[in-house]
Amino acid sequence: MRIRCPLCGDRDSREFTYMGHEIYMHRPEDAGWSPAWDDYLHLRDNPAGVTRDLWYHGAGCTGWLLVERDTTTHDILRVELATDAKRGSA
Amino acid sequence: MRYSGWQVIKQGLTGNRGWKPAWRDPAPKAEYDVVIIGGGGHGLATAYYLAAEHGLTNIAVLEKGYLGGGNVGRNTTIVRANYGLEGNSQFYSHSLRLWEGLEQELNYNVMHSQRGVVNLFHSDAQRDAFARRGNMMVSQGDDAILLDRDGCRRMMPFLDYDQTRFPIYGGLYHPRGGTARHDAVAWGYARGADQRGVDLIQKCEVTGIDVENGKVTGVQTTRGAIRAKKVAMCAAGRSGQVAAMAGMRLPIESTVLQAFVTEGLKPVIDNVITYGMGHFYISQSDKGGLVFGGDIDFYASYASRGNLPMLEHVMEAGMTLMPMIGKSKVLRSWGGIMDMSSDGSPIIDKTHIDGLYVNAGWCYGGFKATPASGHCYAHLIATDRPHEAALRHRLDRFNTGLVMDEEAKGSQHNLH
Repeated sequence: MRIRCPLCGDRDSREFTYMGHEIYMHRPEDAGWSPAWDDYLHLRDNPAGVTRDLWYHGAGCTGWLLVERDTTTHDILRVELATDAKRGSA
Repeated sequence: MRYSGWQVIKQGLTGNRGWKPAWRDPAPKAEYDVVIIGGGGHGLATAYYLAAEHGLTNIAVLEKGYLGGGNVGRNTTIVRANYGLEGNSQFYSHSLRLWEGLEQELNYNVMHSQRGVVNLFHSDAQRDAFARRGNMMVSQGDDAILLDRDGCRRMMPFLDYDQTRFPIYGGLYHPRGGTARHDAVAWGYARGADQRGVDLIQKCEVTGIDVENGKVTGVQTTRGAIRAKKVAMCAAGRSGQVAAMAGMRLPIESTVLQAFVTEGLKPVIDNVITYGMGHFYISQSDKGGLVFGGDIDFYASYASRGNLPMLEHVMEAGMTLMPMIGKSKVLRSWGGIMDMSSDGSPIIDKTHIDGLYVNAGWCYGGFKATPASGHCYAHLIATDRPHEAALRHRLDRFNTGLVMDEEAKGSQHNLH
């Protein structure tokens, strides 16, 4: 599996660490416990198909990437810097 | 037919013409008291215990592929009860006791072999942690012996004790742990359930769960609609998709775990051995193959196959621990879909929908749990109360904070 890092180019998946679903980019603002925290920490759509998740390019540019993948084929469909994605969605 | 040594001799002398299929191949009926979604080890065990202990026999097990074709057919076959947390400790202890009577109960040879499990440690701190775990196992009523380096050397002379990076300090020996023939466990439960009247329906994929006014009424399948008073989800790695049919989201992310087997060799590894530093575990099957595995591939996947970096890591760990296996040839590798929960412990509970039950989140420890999972799930389905060995395996524990994070990894699914 190879991931095309926007800064470093096409690189071996060994350079990256997987963290989890895109939802980790949307930390709830609620001060106390709420269903939003349950969503953030625990509940997952867990799709068999296209998903978006966060990868850390630790052995490269040390950037956080938002990767769109197919969980049934391991195809990488789209990669962007998490900061760009966040700015785009804001 | 009751299996026995006498039958083997009799059938052998008469050309083996008298053996019958071990279970029927029935068409689905229009209605059942209980429909179990998933014909793997846990689903079949659930059906068996519902029939054997609770007298419910109007049951169907629906399997989209063939019986035992999922994770029960693709694991490293290890059976153990060496958990430390309140809740898990009782549950796996309960499971081990069920394992010990399983072959007699099922009249089926599941080749359960209590060859012992040794967890190696490689530092003073790890020795302390394992001593503590051993004490917890003993206080739960199971067995554990702390071996020093010489004790390990007597049992396993072939390990590389003086490796410079992670020298072996000793091991926690769990004599009642061991292995079992994975497929036979599914087949034994399937046969036992079928004999008691349970319909095992293969090539029947559930495509919808019918809910009316907050109560489950049945399922839609590729072989037609089936009404049911109770529906029990038991789909391991596919739990997310099954629960989604009922509009539910689970605290689960599915990943892939690889395992490997070598060509058959003469007996050389007597026990199950786990490497305390490289996440590598190995045993030798009765056929002679070395069966081993390591960590999950760490990313969400339904591909049922892994990637090469983890394969390389597992091979490196094996070579570091026991260089003698370097010349054996790996015959095959495979990947199973693991339903990783966010605290690393499983769920056996009711749902917010009346009559709908959930059994999921086994991460990569589901095989050893098979008897207790089925036993406790059947108890829950039949009585609507949790079994005392599974009181803490609740679905709402993630919301209440009463999580069971055995390895204290925090709430990140792929780290457990």
